[in-house]
Amino acid sequence: MGPTLIVLIVLGVLAVLIIFWMIGMYNGIKRKQIGADQAWSDIDVQLKRRYNLIPNLVETVKGYASHERETLEGVIKARQQAIDASGGVAGQAQAENFLSGALRQLFALSESYPDLKANQNFGQLQEELASTENKIGFARQHYNRSAAQYNEAIALFPANMVAGMFNFKDMDYFELEDTAQREAPKVEF
Amino acid sequence: MTPNTGTSSVIHREREPVRALPHNVTFNDLIRSNKRKSVLLMIGMSLLLVAVGAAVAAGLTVWGGGADGAGLMISVAVGAVVAAVVAVIASTWSLYGGSSAVLRIADAREIEKKDDPQLFNVVEELSIAAGTPMPKVYVMDDPGLNAFATGRDPEHGAVAITTGLRMALSRDELAGVMAHEISHIRNYDIRFAMLMATMVGMIVLASDAFWRIMFYGSITGHGRRSSRGGKDGGGAAQIIILVIALLLMIIAPTLAMIIRFAVSRQREFLADAGAVELTRYPQGLIGALEKLGGCKHPLQGGNRATAHMYIVNPLKNAVKRQGHERSSTFRTHPPLHDRIDRLRALIE
Repeated sequence: MGPTLIVLIVLGVLAVLIIFWMIGMYNGIKRKQIGADQAWSDIDVQLKRRYNLIPNLVETVKGYASHERETLEGVIKARQQAIDASGGVAGQAQAENFLSGALRQLFALSESYPDLKANQNFGQLQEELASTENKIGFARQHYNRSAAQYNEAIALFPANMVAGMFNFKDMDYFELEDTAQREAPKVEF
Repeated sequence: MTPNTGTSSVIHREREPVRALPHNVTFNDLIRSNKRKSVLLMIGMSLLLVAVGAAVAAGLTVWGGGADGAGLMISVAVGAVVAAVVAVIASTWSLYGGSSAVLRIADAREIEKKDDPQLFNVVEELSIAAGTPMPKVYVMDDPGLNAFATGRDPEHGAVAITTGLRMALSRDELAGVMAHEISHIRNYDIRFAMLMATMVGMIVLASDAFWRIMFYGSITGHGRRSSRGGKDGGGAAQIIILVIALLLMIIAPTLAMIIRFAVSRQREFLADAGAVELTRYPQGLIGALEKLGGCKHPLQGGNRATAHMYIVNPLKNAVKRQGHERSSTFRTHPPLHDRIDRLRALIE
């Protein structure tokens, strides 16, 4: 009919399109956020897996090298500290690294005890723990990448407007605070 | 740092600056550019396919007795549409049945964690790094050195490795190879390769059928009946159309194969880059490729249809050519030394 009606219809269609566009952007951001959260919990899964493997390891080593009390107790204590770790991400990372160090010493022991080294169970545990260390590292790597993708998504225009509207905040990276730890310890058992 | 010859020494560098050629290109850039190129090539291939369909229809129509302008248009359109429909059907079929077929041809058997914990762990670790579901792990009883990946998407992924290669590699090198295969799955290379193969196959079939029909037609005396039923000037145009159709039928199969092999090589490079992105340790894959380069026997289970999916070309003549300088347009894989050089460039 009149030009006013046409203008209204056009505006209406535009509004609908814009709304769909915004929904699309919101969903994109949300998907990345969920992905990063999942990656974060993956780290947790691997950390717990390591805690669960250690008692068996300690028992096996005790069977061959029971007088190496210091090293054995070092591992047990480090494990408990890691489980109880506080201080957020940084505190956790530090405790985990400490545990890695204690485990390294324990595995170094096996050089002096050929019987222990030859023990099949010990060999399997060695592989499992090495693998778990790798998985922890990879999970962290994946989390950092997911967090970076999410952070990028909420920073780029025009999605950053939607991000602002719904209060999406930046995610922290799983950093290693201590510069010594940053050297990415060579996982060598 | 040199890889440890002991049990395990996977080194994690959280944010190691890794540069590719040209410098300062990130992995995301590589992946994005690859996706762009692939889309373009896919479009090109589809257009080629539709053109072939139209050409077949036009050629046959003109050859079989001609038609006037409108009739020709219709038959061309029908040809194009039929080509597209058949392509979709064939692609869907290959996409859903392709992986299991490939595994069967290669005589691969699935293994569980207890069969080879280290192999299993390596694949699991890399799946975590990639953030994708863990693929099924298969082993092929073969002294040859090779591995491949299959699966239309990460949820249906599978990796396979020969016993020969499994024994020959250190843990780091194994991680490099598996990371390369998982990258293929992650980049949807397999899906892409299946689609391309289907389209190439159809183009070859169509052109083959076309020639047969023409040949048969001319032998049995069919063919150019008088086509002056319609407009008189239609004769010349029809000859032109016929010539175009013939030309297309000659070049199309070759063109299709060139496209396909170019894509295949591009994606191999990208899978190498993806492997480094996952492991952050190019030396692993480099070591593996060097070992692969030294291998003299061809793979028992390899054949032309599946060659492009293996980490190195498994066929006899390719194995011999491994060391050659020249880069042919029909290689499914880039030359090994090219791949190794590019990987070395990442260690900076």
